[in-house]
Amino acid sequence: MIASANQNAPFESGRPLLIENVRVVDPARNLDTHGAVLVADGKIVAAGPEVLNQGAPDGAERIDGKGLTLIPGLVDARVFIGEPGGEHLETIRTASLAAAAGGVTSIVTMPDTHPVIDDVAIAEFVMRTARDTAVVNVFPAAAMTRGLEGKEMTEIGLLKDAGVVAFTDGRHTISDPALLRRIMTYARDHGALVMHSTQDLQLTGRGVMNEGLFASWLGLPGAPAEAEIIPLERDLRLAGLTACRYHAAEVSLAESADVVRAAKRRGVKASAGVSINHLSLNENDIGEYRTYFRLSPPLRHEDDRMAIVEALKDGTIDIVHSAHDPQDADRKRRPFAEAESGAIGLETLLAAALRLHFSNDVPLMRLIETMTSAPARLLGIDRGTLIAGRPADFTLVDLDEPFLFDETMIRSKSKNTVFENARFQGRVMQTFVAGRRVYDAAATTEAEA
Amino acid sequence: MISSASSFDRRHLLGINGLQPTEIVHLLDRAEEAVAVSRRPDKKTSVLKGRTQINLFFEASTRTQASFEIAGKRLGADVMNMSVANSSVKKGETLIDTAMTLNAMQPDILIVRHHAAGAVALLSQKVACSVVNAGDGQHEHPTQALLDALTIRRHKGSEFQHLTVVICGDVLHSRVARSNILLLNALGARVRVVAPSTLLPRGIEQMGVEIVHDMREGLKDADVVMMLRLQRERMEGAFVPSVREYFRYFGLDAEKLAHAKPDALVMHPGPMNRGVEIASDIADGPQSVIEEQVEMGVAVRMAVIATLIGQTGGPR
Repeated sequence: MIASANQNAPFESGRPLLIENVRVVDPARNLDTHGAVLVADGKIVAAGPEVLNQGAPDGAERIDGKGLTLIPGLVDARVFIGEPGGEHLETIRTASLAAAAGGVTSIVTMPDTHPVIDDVAIAEFVMRTARDTAVVNVFPAAAMTRGLEGKEMTEIGLLKDAGVVAFTDGRHTISDPALLRRIMTYARDHGALVMHSTQDLQLTGRGVMNEGLFASWLGLPGAPAEAEIIPLERDLRLAGLTACRYHAAEVSLAESADVVRAAKRRGVKASAGVSINHLSLNENDIGEYRTYFRLSPPLRHEDDRMAIVEALKDGTIDIVHSAHDPQDADRKRRPFAEAESGAIGLETLLAAALRLHFSNDVPLMRLIETMTSAPARLLGIDRGTLIAGRPADFTLVDLDEPFLFDETMIRSKSKNTVFENARFQGRVMQTFVAGRRVYDAAATTEAEA
Repeated sequence: MISSASSFDRRHLLGINGLQPTEIVHLLDRAEEAVAVSRRPDKKTSVLKGRTQINLFFEASTRTQASFEIAGKRLGADVMNMSVANSSVKKGETLIDTAMTLNAMQPDILIVRHHAAGAVALLSQKVACSVVNAGDGQHEHPTQALLDALTIRRHKGSEFQHLTVVICGDVLHSRVARSNILLLNALGARVRVVAPSTLLPRGIEQMGVEIVHDMREGLKDADVVMMLRLQRERMEGAFVPSVREYFRYFGLDAEKLAHAKPDALVMHPGPMNRGVEIASDIADGPQSVIEEQVEMGVAVRMAVIATLIGQTGGPR
């Protein structure tokens, strides 16, 4: 891969890049047109139908985009990485390679690491490691409470000044509502974004999948829907009270979407996210105890899946993320209730999401928006669009190209995908970060090593 | 028992789920033959001479393990018991590693009990021999359901569609209840569950059973009353308020049993909590077939082991 060979070298600014004869989709401008994209100095110069009115600039590297669609690089707001502390599962570098292959150019890393990202020094370590090793942009999120213990507030101001884009306890849900209220109030003063997972630990109990008939036949303890809905409603009430920028990180139920819809109608500054897994799969995919499908929140009923797809379409749910969560085989090859939860997803986020476009459930423009400009706006980063002057993060997709996703394609260090041998349509051909090619489907795998 | 044109050609018995009624009846018929063998003075056969059976129990069990051991020995197999207390599982070995290790010892059949639902099926994917589920978490316990059916059939005949079977007690945590609900429905019986709602799983109304919360009403017209064990840690405030309250409403005593048919069978998978889910005089009374269940357990397990090993071909 080109970028990895010379990634510390300064960008070769002399030579512009022109992608012509391409379909350009830029949701931030509601643009879907045939045209071209011109890049110079790592930034977008122009993107749209009239780029070539003055003719191509001299000496530009030209890419013929015939048959391809150029979209802004995806912004994935929920990515778990093993670095620091779990490098055998995933490093920042391997995650970034997986992201590039999936057309994801910006990732927000969760603080669930060892040590926890709850301190400026550790956040800086992540940013430094990303700068030195990653091929995509890495934006750390930091913990809201020290050690993710749900007891003491972290240094939200200092962390934000250091470059942290959001505050979250990752997989954890803060159970103390008074503490959460104070964190939200304090975060508001700093204009900080609070992203919270809403799964009530006590009500979930030993639950390892969606409570209901299917779990009962399998003899597995279930987590009731209310374990998600109650803390979500609580959080949204507190967000209203504190006027904090609040993001419900993991919405997986029809009723959760209703709760978010109602809060937005009341004027609460809230947003919501859903993982591609919950848009694509339901509890029946667990089949006979397939542990790769053990997720948190658990996969739900098909009725819930359909309702959250609808909520994504109508804007109740704002963003789609991968919830990329690498786990090694040893942690998954166990009885279902003893296996770790989580699935990788950076490489399949776009391909799986495109299924919703091809099934006519969500229009392409809206779908791309939920993975580009919407999360970028939420996080306050200047990515996710092809507006002139922005960093040239984009991906070239062949929407007509079908492919089978098999294990040999996985670039992530961990192989716990829920899409093994899935048939997709819409393949990432090339990915660019700041004008630099970081993934090329035509290149051999050796070049990436 | 040796030569049977088998209508059961599976390698494993992991649950009742998915079995055809003909397969269930086939196993029950073979178990009847085993009953006769077990009642002879010389109980030992050479059906499985030279074969190796390993009982792998990750969860403590005296009765079931003994039953499988006797079953294997009466068939002539070499039986080895491996319980968690003296295995390397406690040293951190994973289930898969244990399976691979045992598999390398070339057993012909593994009898496995595990505290996690699905664990036995997982293990069966990693071994070359037959596997019998001797209970996995709250999922299934197929040989218990088969022995219950055999006991019922011997008293009530094979027309299960005319029978009303009432399952009482902690259905939520019971693999016995799940396997029995599946099996009795497969054979066409009418199944009713009687329990407080805190001891019923979500979605029970879609599991092919009637649900009654009043025991007297629930026992009406019952041909069979199956009691389930209530574990001690669940009876003191967690799922029901107290033992005495539970016994008052859901314990089987003479007064409540009088609401069932006069010739109703009383069953219990054991071990019993006398005075909790069942009164002593009922457990030992004329309608009780609890000891017969234990006898049928050996017969059913002989039938299952012989049938499964029969599938994997003759002597090696």
